[in-house]
Amino acid sequence: MAPYLLRRTAFLLGSLVAAAALLFVLLRLLPGDPANALLSVGATPEQIAAARRQIGSDLPLPEQFGSWLAGLARLDLGISFVSRLPVGPEIAARLTVTVPLTLLSFALAVAVALPVGFVAACRSGRWYGLLLNGISQLGIAVPVFWIGMLLVAVFALRLRVLPAGGFPRDDWAEPGRALTSLTLPVVTIALVMSASLIRYVRSATLDVLGSDYLRTARALGESFAGAMWRHGLRNASVPVISILGIELATTFLGAVVVESVFTLPGLGSMLVKGIAEHDYPVIQGVLVVSTFAVLVIGFAADLVQRLVDPRLRAHVGGGRP
Amino acid sequence: MASKFAGVVAALTLALAACGSGAGSAPAGSSAKPDAGATIEIGSLYEPQNLDNTAGGGQGVTEAFNGNVYEGLFRLTDQGKVENLLAESHEVSNDGLVYTFRIRKGVTFHSGKALTAADVKNSIERVIAEDSQSARKSNLKAIASVEAPDDATVVVKLSSRSISLVYNLSYVWIVNTAAKDLATGEDGTGPYTLGSWKRGSTLSLKRFPGYWGSQPANGGVVFHYFTEATALNNALLTDAVDIVTSQQSPDALGQFTGNPDYKISDGHSTTKLLLAFNDRKAPFDKPLVRKAVAAAIDDAKLLQSVWAGHGSLIGSMVPPTDPWYEDLTSLDRHDVELAKKQLAEAGYANGFRFTLDTPNYDPHPTAATFIKSELAKVGITVDINVITADEWYTKVYKNRDFAATLQEHVNDRDVVWYGDPDFYWGYDDKQVTDWVTQAEQAKTAEEQTELLKKANRKIAEDAASDWLYLYPQIVVASSKLSGYPINGLNSQFYAYGIKKG
Repeated sequence: MAPYLLRRTAFLLGSLVAAAALLFVLLRLLPGDPANALLSVGATPEQIAAARRQIGSDLPLPEQFGSWLAGLARLDLGISFVSRLPVGPEIAARLTVTVPLTLLSFALAVAVALPVGFVAACRSGRWYGLLLNGISQLGIAVPVFWIGMLLVAVFALRLRVLPAGGFPRDDWAEPGRALTSLTLPVVTIALVMSASLIRYVRSATLDVLGSDYLRTARALGESFAGAMWRHGLRNASVPVISILGIELATTFLGAVVVESVFTLPGLGSMLVKGIAEHDYPVIQGVLVVSTFAVLVIGFAADLVQRLVDPRLRAHVGGGRP
Repeated sequence: MASKFAGVVAALTLALAACGSGAGSAPAGSSAKPDAGATIEIGSLYEPQNLDNTAGGGQGVTEAFNGNVYEGLFRLTDQGKVENLLAESHEVSNDGLVYTFRIRKGVTFHSGKALTAADVKNSIERVIAEDSQSARKSNLKAIASVEAPDDATVVVKLSSRSISLVYNLSYVWIVNTAAKDLATGEDGTGPYTLGSWKRGSTLSLKRFPGYWGSQPANGGVVFHYFTEATALNNALLTDAVDIVTSQQSPDALGQFTGNPDYKISDGHSTTKLLLAFNDRKAPFDKPLVRKAVAAAIDDAKLLQSVWAGHGSLIGSMVPPTDPWYEDLTSLDRHDVELAKKQLAEAGYANGFRFTLDTPNYDPHPTAATFIKSELAKVGITVDINVITADEWYTKVYKNRDFAATLQEHVNDRDVVWYGDPDFYWGYDDKQVTDWVTQAEQAKTAEEQTELLKKANRKIAEDAASDWLYLYPQIVVASSKLSGYPINGLNSQFYAYGIKKG
């Protein structure tokens, strides 16, 4: 296990640096000058030049990249071009919204998708099995912002039981209020996410249901539930876990859209604003942190999979990265 | 197994529902009489970038802080008048080059320090400093020196007359010289102090007990920032905010019209939508061609389709809140036959083709499509080139590499740009340049007004640009609210007069 962990960590760090370099280059390929975003009509050429000097966008690119990487190594994400405030602390503040949003959505989606997918598989021939399958298909097809707007229209504008958006000024000082603000966004993400998860759970369960070992277990006198519990679930969970890892990462990234719909001061809205303002340090900072999160989640999913499936552990040094 | 999971789901659903109903059932307090302790919740689309208006704080910080947290020597009222604020009086020398300001006594900064002339001097110098990013910097270029001979007197010396100096000083915040961290904090003299700023979300202002003037009519204000008009309107509909500083979604007005819970105020903005020609280059170097294009476009129809009856036509660059406003719509009539005749006269009987650089945000793309169809009727082909705001600055504003462009010009008193032949649109008329220069050096406001009226008329006659329309400034508020500004000149939003109940 130790060499595997070491190898996996090195791979993670390598990916992160490669991603950082790619990000830096791609951003610089965009047309336009970040200094422009700072000024308004009437700005003199001297003011534009001064702005460029202040934010350092007049320096040669390798130098800019070098100083940014050096900062990253010290966990310093730099200073925003636009606000002139450090990027790191703002990302940290925004994570207090995005991380709970992601985790709650994920938990809710899993809590819905596992039983529903299971039932949809066990009862795939019955009308409600078909219905569940149909609903999940629909959920995959509908865009997430539309679901968000629909929920706002019903629960905020018509029934007035939940806020239409925003987040308490004092953050989590009153957890109840913070949770209230997150309710609709969480349900929105969870709905969309569980729709696709249900399908994975359903097909993994169907595979298990048709397997020889389950039939053998039943033949040896085990009840359906007993056979499922002892042999079926563990087998069905292997592919589901790797999907869960991907889904968790997708939720984190998908928060961008949902945060905009619900005006949440999270990482997503920070990224959108950063892009609009050509604020490279902000864009780079948010994307590096997101990349890191996605890599770590993938890593964690791999580890859990190995814990669940002894076959993966037996092949250390085998084909898996 | 399935039932076990179902239990978890039910528990989660209940938990979410429970915390939901808790806060949802707490409606905004609605008492019958005005409540001086009430907090006013303000919804806005313009979050400050930072809190320093000389370091790129932008429109948002002006809205939140001007007159509320920081004060100038003078105040520009919502009606467009300039009155004394931190200046008690001022004198101008006969040659118009020396201004002596008397500073109000008994004023203290939020930190407790007393206001002195040295702070005023330092504050003016901050705006005109080399690294200043103030949008007003170029307006103050006539300032040669600022002195503070004693604690209550400031003397500003000019290199040339500048009749707008007093007006321009209404944008110069008086900041405590000793203040640090102005990008995230403040030390002004206004009726409010900064409570907290949660970036991406809210900015709150608290009453300043030591304020020299009368206390605000409310207990404090909170600016709630939105990135999208729909979310902002939803917040107003659900009582999360009491007032929206500037309604930017005309489609949404229907939700509030005729509803007794809301009041819609139609004020004057200073934002003009321009079809700006590159006056240096053919075919738009010919006034006749520009006039033909202007005549071919039905501005009223465009305004109706974008703003559904709000906003107005002005026929030139000057909005009604500028002292030198004149209704010049008669110089910009919609007349397709005239347009055809003028095109023929200019040698373009068969029309021509040009590229219209169009910023990618509303209302520019809509306007571009409309212009394209209008000009097709007189034989002109328009190629719409959609660009980002940033590309606009590089391509159009800096490199002047364009034939014509759409752009909103937000500032008041900005007709003077037509007197600068180096400005991006390249309008170069000796007479207009002279009038604008003389107007700034005028001895009296009347003289200034006369000269700028002449300049405004001349540019309209030359169709230096095509002024499509003046934006409306629409404030939507809960009908419980009163005392709020409705014109929002230059993005200001004085909050101290707002009453709730």
